[in-house]
Amino acid sequence: MFNRDQWDEILESLSSNWFRTIMTAFGVFWGIFILVILLAAGNGLGNGVKSNFSGLATNSMFMWSQPTSISYGGLNKGRRYNFKIGDVDAIKRNVKGLKIVSPRNRLGGFGGDNNVQRGLKKGAFNVYGDYPQIIEQQPMDITAGRFINQIDIDNERKVAVIGYSVVNELYTADEEILGTYVKINGVNFQVIGVYEKKGMRGQDVEEASKEIIVPFSTYGKAFHTGEDVGFMSITADDDHTITELKQEVFDVIKKRHRIAPEDNRAVGNFDLYQQFKKINGLMTTLNAVAYFVGILVLLSGIIGISNIMLIVVKERTNEIGVRRALGATPWSIKSQVLSESIFLTIIAGMAGISFATGVLWIANKYLDQIESDSIMFADPSVGLGAIITALLILVVSGLLAGFIPAQNAIKIKPVDALRTE
Amino acid sequence: MIKIENLHKSYQTGANSLHVLKGLNLNIKEGELVSIMGSSGSGKSTFLNILGILDEADEGKYLLDGVPIKNLSEKKAANYRNKFLGFIFQSFNLIGYKSAIDNVALPLYYQGMKRAERLDRAMQYLEKVGLADWATHLPNQLSGGQKQRIAIARALASDPKVLLADEPTGALDTKTSYEIMNLIQEINDEGKTILVVTHEEDIAEMTKRIVHLRDGVIIKDTPVQQKRALDYV
Ligand SMILES: Nc1ncnc2c1ncn2[C@@H]1O[C@H](COP(=O)(O)OP(=O)(O)OP(=O)(O)O)[C@@H](O)[C@H]1O
Ligand SMILES: [Mg+2]
Repeated sequence: MFNRDQWDEILESLSSNWFRTIMTAFGVFWGIFILVILLAAGNGLGNGVKSNFSGLATNSMFMWSQPTSISYGGLNKGRRYNFKIGDVDAIKRNVKGLKIVSPRNRLGGFGGDNNVQRGLKKGAFNVYGDYPQIIEQQPMDITAGRFINQIDIDNERKVAVIGYSVVNELYTADEEILGTYVKINGVNFQVIGVYEKKGMRGQDVEEASKEIIVPFSTYGKAFHTGEDVGFMSITADDDHTITELKQEVFDVIKKRHRIAPEDNRAVGNFDLYQQFKKINGLMTTLNAVAYFVGILVLLSGIIGISNIMLIVVKERTNEIGVRRALGATPWSIKSQVLSESIFLTIIAGMAGISFATGVLWIANKYLDQIESDSIMFADPSVGLGAIITALLILVVSGLLAGFIPAQNAIKIKPVDALRTE
Repeated sequence: MIKIENLHKSYQTGANSLHVLKGLNLNIKEGELVSIMGSSGSGKSTFLNILGILDEADEGKYLLDGVPIKNLSEKKAANYRNKFLGFIFQSFNLIGYKSAIDNVALPLYYQGMKRAERLDRAMQYLEKVGLADWATHLPNQLSGGQKQRIAIARALASDPKVLLADEPTGALDTKTSYEIMNLIQEINDEGKTILVVTHEEDIAEMTKRIVHLRDGVIIKDTPVQQKRALDYV
């Protein structure tokens, strides 16, 4: 169907009225442009939100203790209690489908007193007592040295892994970091590694990396928390969601701490999975809206092409009559109209996609420059898949746009076509 | 070459039916040059269009080179038009955005001939009508006579069995008309069967046979002593 002659015919007839051809093409150009931009914007929003989750084990929850709200077993309500290290094993034993249960302790932090000291320099940082597996739940890049390991835990080593923001505040440039000591609440820890929190953009990383991680066991000894656990970070395995397992976890805790089974306030939690699902749902909706609006705009472009093709066919009635007198089959006339319409649609569509891609490229450059603002918008782009989909849509659109005009072109008898001037 | 028996054609306009051709009988042999005459509205074009398979008769028989023309599919009709028939129109009907040579090559395009060969053939026919130098010109850069020559070259390009010309000189001045008739006579001299619709007596006299139509029937069908157009230009 597509030999060189057919191309010549298409180009010849399209170029016989450039102005109209371009005006016709503009509708589809604009439609696909809007579609791509909308999809990209949806993606950008998605990327922005997801970058806040990236690397994070999203099938997780955080859990902390709160004062009880119901008196139970002879104990008054409003009683404060602490998770104990024994709870961790009990949870692992009793709740099937969990992947990681990390007990954590924390002291100090932003807005608090200066709790960390190195020589004359001081700073206020979050200090965590952790197990090595925490790195699977909270994404971080080890930029120097190593992370804490089981031996550190077993031997209660006084070692610390520090966030790079800590380095910025307590060290001068070019200073050797590994092997030096920092004093946390008066206790000396040797620095064995530096890390950067992953997945957060700009300033967030700066703030989020104002942390120090020490072995959980050492923390207990050094800061006299003993068996106490401040909070837990719990991740479910791939066959379960944390949302469906968390009640079982709470039940274990309640049983071990003599809390009323119906007391819903005693165990505080933040369900990351639920949040993540909500945001995903929002993204899906946004994408659907983008497709819907984009396709409607595109549709109006297609109707435009169809309309103009109808006029073109009408104008060329006589030419079509002549061609048929010279031996053009109905199909050759039809395919001529269809291929003109498809060609026009695809060219206009490609131009629209290219233009949109250019606009996105510029937008991305601009966004990179203002990256510091923790805006919920990142890397607005459309994948190859979306482009291919768009092209398919275009071919189908071209066919649709050309269908009625092509049908009209051969509806009229050759004699009647020749008679029209 | 052409055999017509009892051909009828009516047009339906709203509630009215207009009986235009009322039982025509005609035999045209190979190599004839026939003119069809008659007053305006007598059905000349209608008849020619049926001969050209652009329209269909309601009743009657039509054999073209022994092939019955009846109830053809559009595809088949297109094929026959391309192979058997060449058309020459009063208003030339060249395609405005195609150069002279591309216009001439168009019937060959519909035959599926390769581009190079097509242009070669088209050029030969342009030479034949004396317009080789105008090959790349667009129709609107040509005079009426030149346009009709291009149209004749186009009609000849697929080497059809019959040329059908509906008032080929109707839009031309006398001198140019005679030049065109001279070309038509030359083509006929080479053996091509040609039908010319005209209402000009002098043009009809340049053919070899005149068929008179009136009120949808052939009232006169006479051979004539052909006047050579060359003698008048
Ligand atoms: N498509 C049509 N619908 C209705 N009537 C038609 C149609 N085509 C032709 N006619 C009528 O049929 C009659 C014959 O028309 P035709 O065109 O064959 O005449 P003609 O002999 O070629 O006339 P002219 O010398 O003016 O070209 C005319 O009365 C015309 O009005
Ligand atoms: Mg007529």
